[in-house]
Amino acid sequence: MELHAKRKLVNKVALMLSLAAMSFGLFWLAWILATILQLGVSGLSTAVFTQMTPPPGSAGGLANAIFGSVVMVGLATLIGTPIGILAGVYLAEYGRNTVLGHVTRFINDILLSAPSIVIGLFIYAAVVVPMGKFSGFAGVLALALLVIPVVIRTTENILRLVPDSLREAASALGAPKWIMIMQVTVRASQAGILTGILLAVARIAGETAPLMFTALSNQFWSTDLSEPMANLPMTIFRFAMSPFKDWQELAWAGVLLITAGVLVLNIVARALFKEKIST
Amino acid sequence: MEPSVRKKPSKLGDFIFANLTRSFAILALASLAGIIVSLFYGAWPSIQKFGLSFLWTSDWNPPAEKFGALIPIYGTLVTSIVALAIAVPVSFGIAIFLTELSPPWLRRPLGTAIELLAAIPSIVYGMWGLLVFAPIFGQYIQPALKATFGHIPLLGKLFEGPTIGVGLLSAGIILAIMIIPFIASVMRDVFEITPQMLKESAYGVGATTWEVVWNVVLPYTKTGVIGGIILGLGRALGETMAVTFVIGNTNFLSNISLFSPGNSITSALANEFAEAEQGLHTAALIELGLILFVITFIILSFSKVLLMRLARQEGAKT
Repeated sequence: MELHAKRKLVNKVALMLSLAAMSFGLFWLAWILATILQLGVSGLSTAVFTQMTPPPGSAGGLANAIFGSVVMVGLATLIGTPIGILAGVYLAEYGRNTVLGHVTRFINDILLSAPSIVIGLFIYAAVVVPMGKFSGFAGVLALALLVIPVVIRTTENILRLVPDSLREAASALGAPKWIMIMQVTVRASQAGILTGILLAVARIAGETAPLMFTALSNQFWSTDLSEPMANLPMTIFRFAMSPFKDWQELAWAGVLLITAGVLVLNIVARALFKEKIST
Repeated sequence: MEPSVRKKPSKLGDFIFANLTRSFAILALASLAGIIVSLFYGAWPSIQKFGLSFLWTSDWNPPAEKFGALIPIYGTLVTSIVALAIAVPVSFGIAIFLTELSPPWLRRPLGTAIELLAAIPSIVYGMWGLLVFAPIFGQYIQPALKATFGHIPLLGKLFEGPTIGVGLLSAGIILAIMIIPFIASVMRDVFEITPQMLKESAYGVGATTWEVVWNVVLPYTKTGVIGGIILGLGRALGETMAVTFVIGNTNFLSNISLFSPGNSITSALANEFAEAEQGLHTAALIELGLILFVITFIILSFSKVLLMRLARQEGAKT
């Protein structure tokens, strides 16, 4: 084949393969979402939100699991966000070129992608063993450790986007550095920081592994954080691996709830962030 | 006229704030140190008893208190390699599509769609994998693979055994789907920062789109591309729930077939930890966790260094 035609053919094949790759990725997304929707909706009913997790064979719901998850995710976010924001502020405002800054940034990015099961093991060794028992509190700590790197990364990135001229203007007016940071830079980045928090919540909402060795799970309604606490991911884990039909249905309903929540959070976060960038 | 007397803002606020933020940054570092120390401490009984041979022994016998990490390590490595083998070409194709082929108005929705794959929680992948993917895989795809490749002398060994749908190959495929968004997103970011001038000069001498990608963009961004691939590897190594559901949870290995069930470090931990006896069993499991952490730490550091190098190079060359 003459060279020109051959090159055109190679080009065409390569571009078709890339289209195929794109469709391949979208195919899995569509299949997974469709399955979750189909199987989850059939298991969904008001009972899911109002009744406790049942023993196999009887009807029930996911109320205690949902409650436990909401409480633990909420507390973990409450603990992890201030730490993350303040550390992010350090990295963006004080530590741009310091050794501590570089090292923290490096370590933080590694912790961001570290296996969450290892975080669970760490909290097990550090909190559960000394306490002598599994507890919701340990679960909250494990989740908080997952929130912190996400919030640090997004806070630092969004603070860096604020132009230095804003900072210089504040300093020129006589503001001490901490007021300049809190009232000007952080204020200007509110949407971005909120985005980071939403993404962190989305991340921990579906995490199972860190809860495995910390909060365990609980069949009953419990508001006591010092005891094992019911949560959605662990409940799904137990129900899904079981051979009982009604348990599996509840597991799919739980999966639908978590996925819907996580996807909504992600889409809202991205919409917020894009708005911020374009203004 | 008297100058107005104003109170000078105290330096105390600055001092407190600066040190407050600094201490939280140090906290992040401290948590890393804490993880390594506590894992080491928890694994100590097992490290003491088995030493280095833990890494290559394959017995896993809780009642007899004999533990060896070979099978979980093997499972982790094999599933991750299978995942990379699938995910890297696919992510490459997706990145090319998003940067060169796709019409501009389609770019954002498609990019978001691919990133949604990363947002889906791991347990969802696991459940879907076990209850939806594995039956279809075992019924249609595995027999087809066996029929096609089973006769080839060496390669066929990878595809023998009962087609149960779960196993190392299924886990590898699900892992691939999970890491595609990470690799694709890094590749796409680095492809986009290739200088327009470079690409246009190639187009200017008559190169086709593919030739520009393969001969201009890829060599320019190769550090970043490798960094992204290694990031995907790091993610795959640490993935727990998806792998636990579909890897088959078997602690012995009789052949190198990809169809056989096995164990990964993460699935061994997930399956056994809750019921492990305090003492040597728990310590051996914690040692597995320590091994995993060290491996992922090294790999993620490597990826970060590569990506930082690309960022520096990009700054220098523009």
